[in-house]
Amino acid sequence: MATYKLSVNNKILTVDADPDTPMLWVLRDHLNLVGTKFGCGIAQCGACTIHYNGAAVRSCQLPVSDVKDSKITTIEGLSKDGSHPVQKAWSELDVPQCGYCQSGQIMAAASLLKQNPHPTDADIDMAINNICRCGTHYRIRKAIHAAAGKKGVSTK
Amino acid sequence: MSEQGVSRRNFLKVSAIAGGGVMFGFSLLADASPVEHLAETIFSPNAFVSIDSKGLVTLMSPNPEIGQGVKTSLPMILAEELEVPWDKVYVEMAPLDQAKFGSQVAGGSGAVRSRYMPIRNAGAAARQMLITAAAQQWAVPETECYAESFVIHKPSGKKLSYGELAAKAATLPVPTDVKLKDPKDFKIIGTRVHNIDNHKIITGQPLYGIDTRREGMLYALVARPPAFGKTFKSFDDTETRKVAGVKNVVQVRNLVAVLATSTWAAKKGRDVLKVEWQDSDKLESTTDHDASFAELLANRSEKPGRNDGDIDIALANKDFKIVEATYEVPALSHANMEPLNFFADVKGDKVELYGPTQVPAGLRNAVAQRLNVPQENITLGMPRQGGGFGRKLQVDNGVEAAMISQAANAPVQMLWMREDDMQGDFYRPASMFKYHAAINPSLNEIAAWHFNGAVLSGGSAGKANGFPAGSISNYRSDNHSLKTNIQTGPWRAPTSNAVAFADECFLDELAHHMKKDPLQLRIELVDKAKTQPIGRGAEYDHAKYKSVLELVKQISGWGKPKGPNVYQGVAAHFSFSTYAAHVAEVTKMKDGKLRVTKVYSAINCGRVVNQSGAETQVEGAIIDGLSHALFSKVTFDKGAVVEKNFNTYKFLRMKDAPLEVIVKFVPSEDPPTGLGEPGLPPIAPAVGNAVFAATGVRYRKLPFEFPKV
Repeated sequence: MATYKLSVNNKILTVDADPDTPMLWVLRDHLNLVGTKFGCGIAQCGACTIHYNGAAVRSCQLPVSDVKDSKITTIEGLSKDGSHPVQKAWSELDVPQCGYCQSGQIMAAASLLKQNPHPTDADIDMAINNICRCGTHYRIRKAIHAAAGKKGVSTK
Repeated sequence: MSEQGVSRRNFLKVSAIAGGGVMFGFSLLADASPVEHLAETIFSPNAFVSIDSKGLVTLMSPNPEIGQGVKTSLPMILAEELEVPWDKVYVEMAPLDQAKFGSQVAGGSGAVRSRYMPIRNAGAAARQMLITAAAQQWAVPETECYAESFVIHKPSGKKLSYGELAAKAATLPVPTDVKLKDPKDFKIIGTRVHNIDNHKIITGQPLYGIDTRREGMLYALVARPPAFGKTFKSFDDTETRKVAGVKNVVQVRNLVAVLATSTWAAKKGRDVLKVEWQDSDKLESTTDHDASFAELLANRSEKPGRNDGDIDIALANKDFKIVEATYEVPALSHANMEPLNFFADVKGDKVELYGPTQVPAGLRNAVAQRLNVPQENITLGMPRQGGGFGRKLQVDNGVEAAMISQAANAPVQMLWMREDDMQGDFYRPASMFKYHAAINPSLNEIAAWHFNGAVLSGGSAGKANGFPAGSISNYRSDNHSLKTNIQTGPWRAPTSNAVAFADECFLDELAHHMKKDPLQLRIELVDKAKTQPIGRGAEYDHAKYKSVLELVKQISGWGKPKGPNVYQGVAAHFSFSTYAAHVAEVTKMKDGKLRVTKVYSAINCGRVVNQSGAETQVEGAIIDGLSHALFSKVTFDKGAVVEKNFNTYKFLRMKDAPLEVIVKFVPSEDPPTGLGEPGLPPIAPAVGNAVFAATGVRYRKLPFEFPKV
């Protein structure tokens, strides 16, 4: 066990955890930030995607001891009230079905748009590779375009 | 928006938890603003509707929400008859109480189908009582009053709010004979309504069973047999108990649970747990299953599922062209994105349960039996669920959690790692299908169709009375079951999800041999089944089956020239009372690889309740079905699953997903029939048929092995 001071969603939080504890479980079990989801534990599904110094990473593979003074943003900290353009597009276009993977999808999409404000379909194909069992991929694509302001937000 | 508030009962629960000093509560209420909604419920004519003195209307959503959208669509039906605007209602997930709420199940695409009329009646009864209350207060005839957000007296324009009328309405008898709205006056049903939980989902609030956090709760990971055919023998927890955070290790029946103060501690404890398992049954492998299927299919089943005319005479006719083919589909995992979990707190003979299940009553019953406690001592709350797909028709997760809580005498959140989930599923059973058909060349028609199917036990191979039954003079359906000790169970659109692939691809093969347009052939067969039906009635309605074929033909521009390197395939299927026809478009890339770029879908599901929810269900079913058709399979090696996580159990990613999915509904005045499953079965064959059009190669095994992008 060791004590870590972490910058999460612009707050400095202290946790006692084993050094090898993945940030996924630090967030969920130690900090009660349960919006970051567990899906596979091997960085395949992306349900645990967070922003690590602004870039999308899979928190199940990020040991707490590696974080140091890096800035962590989770779905709870992406915006105060769900007003991030990606969150708004997700809601307007009814992307979620069961909804479980969507915080990871939103974090991945927000990171993509930060690097590339107007992604093409090919860019989206390359950048978004999270798993969704409900099959929301088509709406995710539309919502990313909508959030980029290219096509406006409409369902048809 | 709806559901900003919190009911009185939940507010009390949250307060109590907050008083206990933990960070936040158990339930779904992280964004609750409780002060606004402390008024007492004063009018509750039935289990579904309650109105407080401030006029807040609370609608109870009775069925488990697994992503099929019923937490939105069922209250929409209620709000419609109650004449209350959608943005003024608060929706609450009902707890398990079937005496009050009727059957609370998520399965068979049946929630909207079974509840449409009962819920309309419940809403209409409440509306009628509010009208009566107003009429009495004004001393005017009821016929002069109507409801529309308020109760309004037509001649004078006077109006009273539902909140103002609630106290008086509560004194009135509940009417037994209610007048439902004329569907032409619907304001909510048939419109596009957002998923009720959107805001909570996109802001990452604790909605799911896996998010449950309670004071004193321990996280439990369980060691289970590593293969089917193995059972528990002994364990040594010496090392486990040395792991920081591990609080207890308990063995119950075939399981050993490690309980700790965090998931990671429980996992580290389980990693060093030594468990000895013993062989107690045959250790089966997929290669054995495949060999046994082939043996079974060398013969017919003892009793055919259907036997019209005489296939043997037709198949022996030297003038007929004989077509044979064998199709294969693998076992699949449910692989819900939210791995199985359950919260249980067993205190003596009192049990509190909270977690994901499609059959809450069945789960409670199983826990009552296993723990030997009376059902009435068990409460069960239902969170939003990260998928279902049939996995949670099984009750093992809740029963395990309850047994562990009882043995450890602690509140427990039991969680399965993905590897546990992959090895511990009730899989979509693998199956194999052998077809023999005879084509009469002089009439250019199908003279005989012989389906011979074999499936792992627990499943059913074919749908003997499904299309094209009834349209072919000599038709036989044989079904074999291969006994296995591997757990199998329903998986989104059971039976249909496998046999539709085989039937609809084989039909395409026959169309090709007959040089007929495959979509036109289907229409001809449906017409024939109507005008000259063969044998006993088939299970589908001809007009509705034809309606989706004609609609998909129209929206897909079937038969018209496409862009370069774009090829179409069609398939249709009837399941769970709904008709679905898809046209898949496959694009051949420069390097020869194939991508499904577009899918058109025509659906006849009766009246659409939520336009947005209905579209997402069909789009999702198409992409889910495509994902499995392209990538997924479970194989067994001596009882153990080979694909232990998502690095080997594969799914479609964005680069494989269609760029467009166009869904259209056949306009209908019929009652709604359900949409969770029916969109899935026809996508695999539509893609297989499009790939044949593109390449001339017939892929008869899932997952498809054609070159993918």
